[in-house]
Amino acid sequence: MTIAIEAPRLVKAAPLLTAQNVSKNYGDVQAVRNVSAEVFPGEVLGIVGESGSGKSTFLRMLNLEETPDAGTYTLDLPEVDGNLFELDRFARRMLCAKRIGIVYQNPHLGLLMKHSSSGNVAERLLVAGERRFSVLREKAQEALEASEFPIERLDAPPIELSGGMQQRVQLAKAIALEPALLLLDEPTTGLDVSVQALVLDTLKRLQQERKITMVIVSHDLGVIRTLADRVMVMRRGEVVEAGLADQIFQDPQHAYTQQLVHAKL
Amino acid sequence: MTTVLEVQSLTKGFTMHHLGNHLAAFDQISFDLKAGEFLLLKGQNGAGKSTLLRTLYRSYVAQSGKVIFHSEHGAIDLLSAADVDITMLRREEIGFVTQFLVARPRVSAEALVAEPLRLAGETAEDALEEARKWLSAFGVKEDLWRAYPTTFSGGEQQKVNLARALILPQKLLLLDEPTASLDVKARAALVARLAQLKSDGTAMIGVFHHPDDVAHLIDRVIDLTPGLENEEREDVVV
Repeated sequence: MTIAIEAPRLVKAAPLLTAQNVSKNYGDVQAVRNVSAEVFPGEVLGIVGESGSGKSTFLRMLNLEETPDAGTYTLDLPEVDGNLFELDRFARRMLCAKRIGIVYQNPHLGLLMKHSSSGNVAERLLVAGERRFSVLREKAQEALEASEFPIERLDAPPIELSGGMQQRVQLAKAIALEPALLLLDEPTTGLDVSVQALVLDTLKRLQQERKITMVIVSHDLGVIRTLADRVMVMRRGEVVEAGLADQIFQDPQHAYTQQLVHAKL
Repeated sequence: MTTVLEVQSLTKGFTMHHLGNHLAAFDQISFDLKAGEFLLLKGQNGAGKSTLLRTLYRSYVAQSGKVIFHSEHGAIDLLSAADVDITMLRREEIGFVTQFLVARPRVSAEALVAEPLRLAGETAEDALEEARKWLSAFGVKEDLWRAYPTTFSGGEQQKVNLARALILPQKLLLLDEPTASLDVKARAALVARLAQLKSDGTAMIGVFHHPDDVAHLIDRVIDLTPGLENEEREDVVV
C-alpha cells in the first residue's frame, strides 16, 4: 500500500466546501460511491461524466435536497458547523435560501412559472427573511440586471420567456443574496448556441466580479472548459479522475477520461 | 542570481489506453534556471520541447521527477503541488505563452487582455487602458479592440494572446513558439517585451521555430534529442 504524502500548501485558505466519502443508493443502484471533493473560495469545480454517472445526484446532495447514505459535507461559513447532512429540514432550507444558490437545467424545478420574474427572485429574499417591499423590488431588479435579464420584462412570468431568459431568472434568484456557493446543473443544456454563449459569459463575469465559488455539472465539455478551474470526472457513481481543467483536457490519464475527451467534436 | 527553477530527473510519457501503448516523450531531464536567464529548448519535431513546457506548467502529468519552483511564497515541487497552489502560481508567478488563443465567446479583445490585471486587483478602467496600450504595441488595429477575437484571423488572435500573456510581469515565463506566424511589427514588440522582462528578472524557457528572432536574449541552450545524457544536453550559444 502506498501512502500519499501531501506537499506543503502555499495557499493557506481553507476550502469553502469539503465533501468526504459521500455515497447514495437508490435501492440496489449505487448512484454515488465514496465521492470526496474540496472547493476553495472563488474556485469553479466542473463535474463531467456520462448520463447516470451520479454527477447531478451529487450536486443535489450539495444543495441538501437529498440525504446520502454515508459521508460528510461541511461549508467553511461562520453560521454553520459540522456535517450539513445532519441539519434538520428548516435549518437546511434557511442555509440554502441564504448561502447556496442553484440553477437547474429544467427551469420548472427552480421557478414558479406563472409568477412574475421579479416575484420569483423576491421569493428567495422573502424566504431569507426580507419583508420590506421596496427592498424586495430593488434587490430583485439588481440581481436580474446582474444576470443580464432585460429589465423591461421584469413583470413577465417565466412561462412567457425563452429558455435563455428563464435561465437568467434562475441565475438572478440564485445570486440575489450573494451566495457563498453557486451550484449549476447543466445550466446551458437545451439552449441554442448563441444563448449558451450569453449564459456562459454572464456566469464567467459573475464569478470574476463577485468571486462566487461554483460547482458546475455538465456533459458539455466545452462549457466545463470555459468555466472550470478544476474538473472531476465521474463514471458509474465514482470519481475516476480529478485535476486542473487544462490537464484533464490536454493529458487525461484514465481510460474513460481519454474516451470522453477524444469523443468531443 | 537566485535560482528560480530546479528540474530534477523529469520523465514524461503518454499512455494511450485505446491503443494499449505508452509513448515516451523525454527521460530523466535535469537542469536549473536562474532569475533573468533565457533558456532555449532545441531538438527535432517530436523531441518533446512543447511537452516539456506543458509538463512544467502542469498541463501534462509527469511520470517521475521533481520540479522545484522558488515561489514568492516559498519553494514547492510543481509536480506534487495541490491544484489550488498551481492555480495561484499561474495567476501570480508563472506565465505560459502559446500561439493558440484562449478566447471566450462574447468577450472583446480589450477585455480579454485586461483580464489578468483585473484579477490582480486593478480597476476595470486602468486595466482596460493598459490593455489598449499592449494591443496597440502588438499592432492590433484600434477598430478591433472591442470586437470578439474568436472571429479574428490567426495572426490577429495570436497578437491578442501575446498581449494578454505578457501584460503582467512573471517570475517564470514558458514560451511555446510565440513568434510563429507573427508579422514584423508584432515580432519586434514581442522581442522588446521579452528583453524588458528578462532585464527585470523574469526567467524564461522557450521553444522557437526561428530562434534567430531572440538570439540576443538566449543565455543557454538545452538539446532534447533523445538518448543524450544530461551533461551532453547543454549546448553552446551561437
